[in-house]
Amino acid sequence: MSKHFLPLVLGAALGVAATSASATTLDDVKAKGFIQCGVSQGLPGFSNPDAQGNWTGIDVDFCRAMAAAIFDDTTAVKFTPLSAKERFTALQSGEIDVLSRNTTWTMTRDTSLGLNFAGVNYYDGQGFMVRKDLGVTSALELSGASVCTNTGTTTELNVADYFRANNMPYEIVAFEKADEVVAAYDAGRCDVYTTDASGLYAQRLKLTNPGDHIVLPEIISKEPLGPVVRQGDDQWFNVARWTLNAMINAEELGVSSENVDSMMSTDNPGIKRLLGVEGSFGENIGLTNDWAARIIKHVGNYAESFNANVGPDTPLGISRGVNALWSDGGVLYAAPIR
Amino acid sequence: MANAEIFHVRTEEAPTLPAPVSTTGVIGWMRKNLFSSIGNTLLTLVGVYIAYSIIMPFIQFAFIDAVWTGDDRQACLATEPGQHIGACWAYVEAYLPQFIYGRYPVEERYRVDIVYALFVLLLVPLLIPSVPRKGLNATLFLAVFPIITYFLLTGLVIGGTVILPIVETAVWGGLLVTLVIAVTGIVASLPIGIALALGRRSQMPIIKLVCVIFIEFWRGVPLITVLFMSSVMLPLFLPEGVTFDKLLRVLIGVTLFSSAYMAEVVRGGLQAIPKGQYEGAMALGLRFWPMMYLIVLPQALKLVIPGIVNTFIGLFKDTTLVLIVGMFDLLGQIQSSFSDPTWSTPSQGHTGYLFAAIVFFVFCFGMSRYSIFMERKLHTGHKR
Repeated sequence: MSKHFLPLVLGAALGVAATSASATTLDDVKAKGFIQCGVSQGLPGFSNPDAQGNWTGIDVDFCRAMAAAIFDDTTAVKFTPLSAKERFTALQSGEIDVLSRNTTWTMTRDTSLGLNFAGVNYYDGQGFMVRKDLGVTSALELSGASVCTNTGTTTELNVADYFRANNMPYEIVAFEKADEVVAAYDAGRCDVYTTDASGLYAQRLKLTNPGDHIVLPEIISKEPLGPVVRQGDDQWFNVARWTLNAMINAEELGVSSENVDSMMSTDNPGIKRLLGVEGSFGENIGLTNDWAARIIKHVGNYAESFNANVGPDTPLGISRGVNALWSDGGVLYAAPIR
Repeated sequence: MANAEIFHVRTEEAPTLPAPVSTTGVIGWMRKNLFSSIGNTLLTLVGVYIAYSIIMPFIQFAFIDAVWTGDDRQACLATEPGQHIGACWAYVEAYLPQFIYGRYPVEERYRVDIVYALFVLLLVPLLIPSVPRKGLNATLFLAVFPIITYFLLTGLVIGGTVILPIVETAVWGGLLVTLVIAVTGIVASLPIGIALALGRRSQMPIIKLVCVIFIEFWRGVPLITVLFMSSVMLPLFLPEGVTFDKLLRVLIGVTLFSSAYMAEVVRGGLQAIPKGQYEGAMALGLRFWPMMYLIVLPQALKLVIPGIVNTFIGLFKDTTLVLIVGMFDLLGQIQSSFSDPTWSTPSQGHTGYLFAAIVFFVFCFGMSRYSIFMERKLHTGHKR
């Protein structure tokens, strides 16, 4: 063994971090002073590092919201970029405290992996993008189209199901990597590009003339994306679930990072309960009573997070659509705080 | 006058005429090497055409159509229809710090700079044969430098006082991670590989068996599997809450993996040494280690320099595989930057990969040239 290698072995001895496994996750997190949050290796608008190396995105905002609720400090969170294959092991082994990595909530994952989904922070689904000059306005007009997609993914199977169910002939043009699919679509090798709708908006930026393409309204699969925690620690699960609920409730009640201070003196009982002016909802889940006020002050409500990361004014330009509040015609519906 | 014969006596030498134009200079060289027959002429023309059709688009993309400055993706988008946008160097410029340091905290990056500077200062004199004090230099590079580097990069806290703030390996990235993995792997795998090669040729059955099993095991599994096991399976075997640093796991995996390859390369060299060398050394009364150290290994290693450097270059490029365990080497960092919507443009991907190719080529080509230089220098007449 060379001399160069020795310090690294010594480093191993120092690098072994043994934490007591008996305490609850919330106690562990409070003791170490930060949340370890698993994110993607880069998905535009959801979790991606910017040029300065800061993580941004709505999945990132969720972890920052949890840090705000617990520590009153959005920087008390460390991000672990994880590949799709590693993500569940990292959570199971305790390497991360919460997984906020555009993970689709499915029955298998929820029931057989020892994990719990804390809610849905983005309702995604597979969509289609076509050239405007095709004059197509609905996916049902795509009979005979050639469809660009990734190989070996569920997207390919979903396309097969959809076209067969609607009795339309089609032709698959499949590639290994997302970049190749986009390049092929851009070069006109196929009429339709299909992947998750959020991905369509992100990939559209890589097209030569993004304005010449539209995303069709049909969504052919359900991909509810949400944060995940380990099963068996209900307190931590509650913190995660209600962090998300607080952001959605704040939007519904009209509380934003700009008006949260003035809202403290409101007469609305719903807002009073949300901001901890009334009741002890925060203390009941192991936090302080102003937990939600901290989230809103530092991170904002759901709409602010959505608009800052993926909304119409960002390069992605995704409209709220199905992710609007239930009162605005979407499906976003959080249980009330009372 | 009949006998008035005219003699011409030359008093000075006739001036030497230049060789015919067709046999010297550029034209002569070309006639001889490129157009000596119809077949060769055709091959030359085809070759020139292929080179032209590869190089011209490249120059067009990388220089002529390139965008050199800009603040966001707008700079690298076509403003009028049909306009061709080449490499978006403005994006590389904006991301360059991240490609070099990863997400290492900005205010601590001077520490990485010190490590880079020390690395160059210690390595360059070590590589130039005429610089004296090789022993001291090697000790500094192999023993002192890793310790300084370890504390500089990870941080130093003595008794609660923070001298250098701790920087987790999770935020390391870019060229830093590539070089840490490659240099550790290269420096550690050579001695381990030599030990394994000697062990495999040993007369002692247990040592031989252990070495054979080790080498065959690590050569038998793909590096991706090794990395994946270390990152996904290992945490499941450890007690809950106990975690090894991920970079460390990768370093160990890469080192053991490349040691096995190195062992076989070195064994090839050992087998090429004639038996007479061993017998001669023993006749001089040398014991095993002096014999190996003074007689056999210098010759054997010299023979396999191309193989050793080949393994090094392979290892350097294999560092890109750490991407699959969620670490960001140079290539990983570049790929992760593709996800930034601020810079998403049609040419972003091509620009990023071109930049990665250039950086990797510079390093690998450098290693390759140095190995050729060493071969020439150590050449003792056996070369055919």
